[in-house]
Amino acid sequence: MAVIGNTISPSSAAFKANRDGMLALIERMRTLEERTRTASAAAKDRFHKRGQLLPRERVALVLDSGSPFIELSTLAGYMFDVPDAAKSVPGGGVIAGIGFVSGIRCMVSANDAGIDAGALQPFGLDKTLRVQELALENKLPYVQLVESAGANLLRYRVEDFVRGGNIFRNLARLSAAGLPVVTVTHGSSTAGGAYQTGLSDYIVMVRGRTRAFLAGPPLLKAATGEIATEEELGGAEMHTTISGLGDYLAEDDRDALRIAREIMASLNWDRPAPPNISFKPPRYDAEELLGIMPMDHKRPVDMRQAIARFVDDSDFTEFSANYGPATVCGHARIEGHAIGIITNNGPLDVPGANKATHFIQACCQTRTPLLYLNNTTGYIVGRAYEEAGMIKHGSKMIQAVTSATVPQITIYCGASFGAGNYGMCGRGFHPRFCFSWPNAKTAVMGGEQAAETMAIVTEAAAARRGKPIEKEKLDAMKAQIIGVFDGQMDVFSTSARVLDDGVIDPRDTRGILAEVLAICREGDTRQPQRMQFSVARP
Amino acid sequence: MKPGKMQRKPFFKILIANRGEIALRIMRTARRLGFGVVAVYSDADRDSLHVREADAAVRIGAALPAQPYLDIAAIIAAARAGGADAVHPGYGFLAENEEFALACREAGLVFIGPSPEAIKAMGHKAGAKEIMRKAGVPCVPGYQGADQSDAVMLAEAERIGFPMMIKAVAGGGGRGMRLVAEAGAFADALRSARSEAKAAFGDGSVILERAIVEPRHIEIQVFGDAYGNAVHLGERDCSVQRRHQKLIEEAPSPAVSPQLRERMGAVAVSAVKALAYEGAGTLEFLLDRTGNFYFMEMNTRLQVEHPVTEAITGLDLVELQLRVARGEPLPLRQQDITFSGHAIEVRLCSEDASQDFMPQSGTMAQWQVPDGVRAEHALQPGSVIPPYYDSMIAKLISHGASREEARGQLICGLEQMVAFGVTTNQAFLISCLRHPVFASGEATTAFIGQHRAELLAPKTASSDTALAALLLSVTGPCARRWRGGRSLAATFPVPMRIEIDHVVHDLDLLRQRDGTYVASFDGAQVLEIDELGSETIRFRSNGVMETARFLRQGDRLYFLRHGMTHSVCDLTLWPPESATSSGGDGKVRAALNGRVVAVLVREGERVAAGQPVLTLEAMKMEHVHTAGIAGTVAAIDVAEGEQVTTGRIVVEIEAA
Repeated sequence: MAVIGNTISPSSAAFKANRDGMLALIERMRTLEERTRTASAAAKDRFHKRGQLLPRERVALVLDSGSPFIELSTLAGYMFDVPDAAKSVPGGGVIAGIGFVSGIRCMVSANDAGIDAGALQPFGLDKTLRVQELALENKLPYVQLVESAGANLLRYRVEDFVRGGNIFRNLARLSAAGLPVVTVTHGSSTAGGAYQTGLSDYIVMVRGRTRAFLAGPPLLKAATGEIATEEELGGAEMHTTISGLGDYLAEDDRDALRIAREIMASLNWDRPAPPNISFKPPRYDAEELLGIMPMDHKRPVDMRQAIARFVDDSDFTEFSANYGPATVCGHARIEGHAIGIITNNGPLDVPGANKATHFIQACCQTRTPLLYLNNTTGYIVGRAYEEAGMIKHGSKMIQAVTSATVPQITIYCGASFGAGNYGMCGRGFHPRFCFSWPNAKTAVMGGEQAAETMAIVTEAAAARRGKPIEKEKLDAMKAQIIGVFDGQMDVFSTSARVLDDGVIDPRDTRGILAEVLAICREGDTRQPQRMQFSVARP
Repeated sequence: MKPGKMQRKPFFKILIANRGEIALRIMRTARRLGFGVVAVYSDADRDSLHVREADAAVRIGAALPAQPYLDIAAIIAAARAGGADAVHPGYGFLAENEEFALACREAGLVFIGPSPEAIKAMGHKAGAKEIMRKAGVPCVPGYQGADQSDAVMLAEAERIGFPMMIKAVAGGGGRGMRLVAEAGAFADALRSARSEAKAAFGDGSVILERAIVEPRHIEIQVFGDAYGNAVHLGERDCSVQRRHQKLIEEAPSPAVSPQLRERMGAVAVSAVKALAYEGAGTLEFLLDRTGNFYFMEMNTRLQVEHPVTEAITGLDLVELQLRVARGEPLPLRQQDITFSGHAIEVRLCSEDASQDFMPQSGTMAQWQVPDGVRAEHALQPGSVIPPYYDSMIAKLISHGASREEARGQLICGLEQMVAFGVTTNQAFLISCLRHPVFASGEATTAFIGQHRAELLAPKTASSDTALAALLLSVTGPCARRWRGGRSLAATFPVPMRIEIDHVVHDLDLLRQRDGTYVASFDGAQVLEIDELGSETIRFRSNGVMETARFLRQGDRLYFLRHGMTHSVCDLTLWPPESATSSGGDGKVRAALNGRVVAVLVREGERVAAGQPVLTLEAMKMEHVHTAGIAGTVAAIDVAEGEQVTTGRIVVEIEAA
C-alpha cells in the first residue's frame, strides 16, 4: 500500500481560483455541446411530423439505456464552419461514441441529420476516420445510423473528396476484420453516400424514408432522361424486395432501431462479463480534481494529487521516486485494471527520460497498459543538459513510446509542449485513446517563448544588417506570434482539429479510464474471424 | 332431542371439496383438531397451494367444461380414493347443494354442514321467506297474490307502502319492472309493467314489493347443534358491494346498536331453532334508514367473510362446524359470546376496477401479503390465476380496538401488499376504505355506485410516470449493474414511450453527469437513486426518500408505490400499431382466456365494423368481441362452449 497523502486544501485561494477557472472551461465546453444539440433539435417538429426521430434520439434509443457512452470529438470543427465563437456549431455533423447495444460494446456513429440535412461539416471527415480507426483498433462492431445529404458541395474541397474514400475503405476493412457493420438507413444515403449503406453487413431500411440511390430524380432526368420517383429509385420497399440492398424493412425509426438492436443481440459475439475483481474508490473526492490544475501552465503542479483522485484507493506505487523526480512513474489500478502511469512534475530531464524509458519497457514486460498524463513544457534545455545527452535520452524515450506493445492512453492535463508532446505519447504517437482536460494546451512551445525567440532572431538579423529594428515593430511581431500560438494551443482549437478524441470533465477521468481500459482489454483478447474479403452482398 | 344424533359416526379424515384460500383455511383448523385432509383439484389447479398443502390430493377433472368442483360423483369418488370419511364443502361450488349433501350421506360420508333438508328449504327463495315469516322473521312487505285486479293491487300497494317495486312474476332482465315513488304514479306504472310483462313473457302477472332505498346489507351469523341449541355471533355489515358482490365486510356494523343487534339476533336464533338447523348459517337482511330490517335469504354454509366474526368473538367458526358435525353440543351459550373491538375484511380480487371490474387472469409473478393483518389466500410468487373460477384471490382482515384503528390497519396492510403480474383491486379497496362516506360508517349498498367516479379517479401521479420510466431504464434486460455517483451515460435524453395504468406517455429520460435523472414529462422531474436492489428501489423525488417494490418482466414492469400497484409496459421500441394488432386484418382474436358462450354471427353473414360477433366468458364475466372491419364472415373458428386462449383467432371476416 502506498496511499498518496493529501496536500490539497479546498479552502485555499489557489484551489478556489483553479476551480473557478476549470468550471468556467467546462461550462464553455458544455455550452458548445448544447449549442449543437439545440441546432440539431431545431428540426424536431419537421422530423416528428414525418414520423422520424432526431439523430440524438436515434442514438439514445439504439444504446442500452443508461449505459456508458464515451462520446467522441464533440468539439470537432469548432470555429471552422463560421469563424465566430458565438455562432459556430461544433461536432462535424457526426454524433459518435463507444457504447453498448444489446449488451455488446460497439462504435456507434450517426449523421447529425438535424443540421444541414446530415451533410458532413468541417472536420467531420477527420472525426469519422478517427472513429472508424478506433473501431478497427479496439475490434468493435460498427453501428451506423445513416441519414446524410453527403458532402456539402458549397464547401467542396478536392482533398476531402479523395481522402473521403477512406471512409468506405474502412467500412470494407471492418467487415473483413470480422467486425460486423450494422446500418440503419433512416433517410438519404445517396450518390457516394449510398456506399455508406452498401458497404454494410446488415442493413435496416425504413419504409417511406430510406433513400439510397446513386442518382436522384433530377440528376437521372438530366443524365438519361428517365423519369422515376425517389421511392422507385431508392425506397426501402424496393431495396428490401427487388435490389436486395436492404435486409430488414422497418415501419419507422423506432422499429428500425429495435431491429438494429435485435441484430446485435443475435450476433455470436462475446459479451465480456464484468471483471470479478473488487476495488475501492479513491480516498479523496473527485470534485477536488477541479481545483488542482492552475489556469496558468507555468505554475507547478504535483500531479500525484490528481492521480490520488482517480486511482483505486488512491494507491500509487511510485517507481524510482527519487531518481529524476520531475518525471513521475508508478503503478496503480483503475476499477481493478492495472496501469502504469507516467506524468510530469517538471520538465523532462535526463534521469526523467531514462526512468520513463525503463518504466515503459517494464510495463510492456507485464502487458500493463500505460497512461500518460501530459503536464510538460518540454524537454529541458541548456548546455549542461545538451552535454548530458538530453537528445539521445529523449530519443530513447520516444523510441520506447513508439514501440510499446501495450495500450497507451494519453490525457492532456495541462501543457503539452514541444518534444514533450512526443515523449509523452501525444496524438502523433497513436495512443489508443487521447483525451484532454478543458485547460489543456498543446503547442510546439509557449506563445511568449516563440515570440521572444523570434524577437531575438529578428533583432540579431537586423543588427547584422546594421539596421536596428524599431521597438514598436518588434512588439507588433511578438504580439502577432503570441496570437498565432495561443489561438492554436488552446484545447478548443486542438480538439476542433480532432487532435484528441474529446475533451473530458476531470471529474469523469476515472470513469472514462475504466471504460477505456476495459475496451482495450476486451479488444486485445477478442479474436474476430478475420476474412480475406469483406462480407459481400449478392 | 332427535333420535340418532348421539350415534354420530366419528370421522378422521376430511375431504375439502373446494379450492383456493378457503381450502387452506379449513385445512388449518382441521389439522389443529387432529384431522387428516384430502384436497381435490382440477387440471388448472394441479400446482396450486391447496394441493401442495394437503395430505393427499385427488384429481377430479379437466379445468372445463363441466366444472369438476361441481361434479358430485367425482368428488364422492375422490373422497373414497383419498380415504376421507367426511366432506367440508367450503363456500360456493357445492356448499349449498342439497343433492351433494344427500350424496355424501348416502355414501357414508359426514357432510360438514346442515342437513340436505335444511339446505333445500333455504335454497328455495320464496319458500324460505314463507318459513321465515312463520318463524316471525320480518320480510320485505309485498303482495304475491293470484288476484291481480286493479282494485286489489291498489289496496295492497297502499298496505305495503311506497316506494315500491312492481315486478313481473315471470320476470328477468328488468323487463316488466317498475320503481314507483308514490301512490299517484301507481296506476300508470302497473299498467305499463303489465303490458311489458305480457309482451315479454306472455304473462302479465306481477308482484308488489316494498322498495328498500339504499339499504345496508346486514347479516347475522348463527350456529345450531344437534341438541337444539342455537346461538348468534352478532352481525356483519356487507354493504360495500360491486356487481352485487361483497367487497368490504365488517363487524360490528356501524349502523347496528346493541338493542338492534339483540333484536336481530333473537329473530335469527328463533329461525334456527324453528328449522332445527345444524352448523353454521347466515341470515341476510336489508336494513333501512329507520332501523327496520327485512329477511332476504339464508346461507347454509360458512361465509367468505366469516373471519370478521372470528376476530371480534375470538372463535374459530370452522372449529365450531367440525365439533357440531362430530355430534358435540355447541361449546358455548349465547351469554358466553362477547364482542371485542372492530374487524374489517376486504376481498382482494384479480380484476381491473378501471375497466368495469373486468376479471383478470394470469401469473402472479410476485406476491407478498403484509404483516399485521390476517391474510387468507392460496398464492405464492409465480402462482397462476386461472380464468375459470371466482376472481377473489385473497382476503385481508384487520382487527382493532376501534373501527378507525381497524380501518387504518387495513389501509396500511393493503399499501404493503405486493401483487405483481395480475391486476387487482388493491388501489380501489384503499380508495373505498379512505372515502369519507365509508370512513364515517355511512356506506350503504349504493356506496360504490354513487361514488364510483371518485373511487375510480386515476391516481397515477406524474412522479409515478417518472419513476416508471426510471425503473424501465435501470432494470432493462440490457441494463448494466446500476452504480451511483457520476454517470457516463449519453448526455442526450432517451425518448421513451411507456404505458402506465392504461395510459401511454411519451417522455424524455436523461441521466445527468452528476448521476441524477431528469424525466421530462409534465414538467421536469428530478429523481435520484440511492439504492437499487433486484426488487426494491430506494430513491429521492422532490427531496423525499422512498422505497418502492418492483418487478421487471421483459417489457413489463410492476411497482408498488403509495398503495397503488402500477402496471407499466415499455413501448419505446414497439413498432407502430399494425393491421394485425388492431383487428384491421379482419381476424377477431380472443381478448382474454375464456370460454365461448355465444357465437353471434353465421358464416356468410354480412357484418358492420364494431358489430358484436362473439361472447366470451371469463371469471363469470361476459366479454363481447366485435368485428374490426365491415365485411362477410368467412369463417368461425370456434364452437360455443369451447375454451380459448388470448390471441386465438375466433372469427374471420373478409373485407366487403
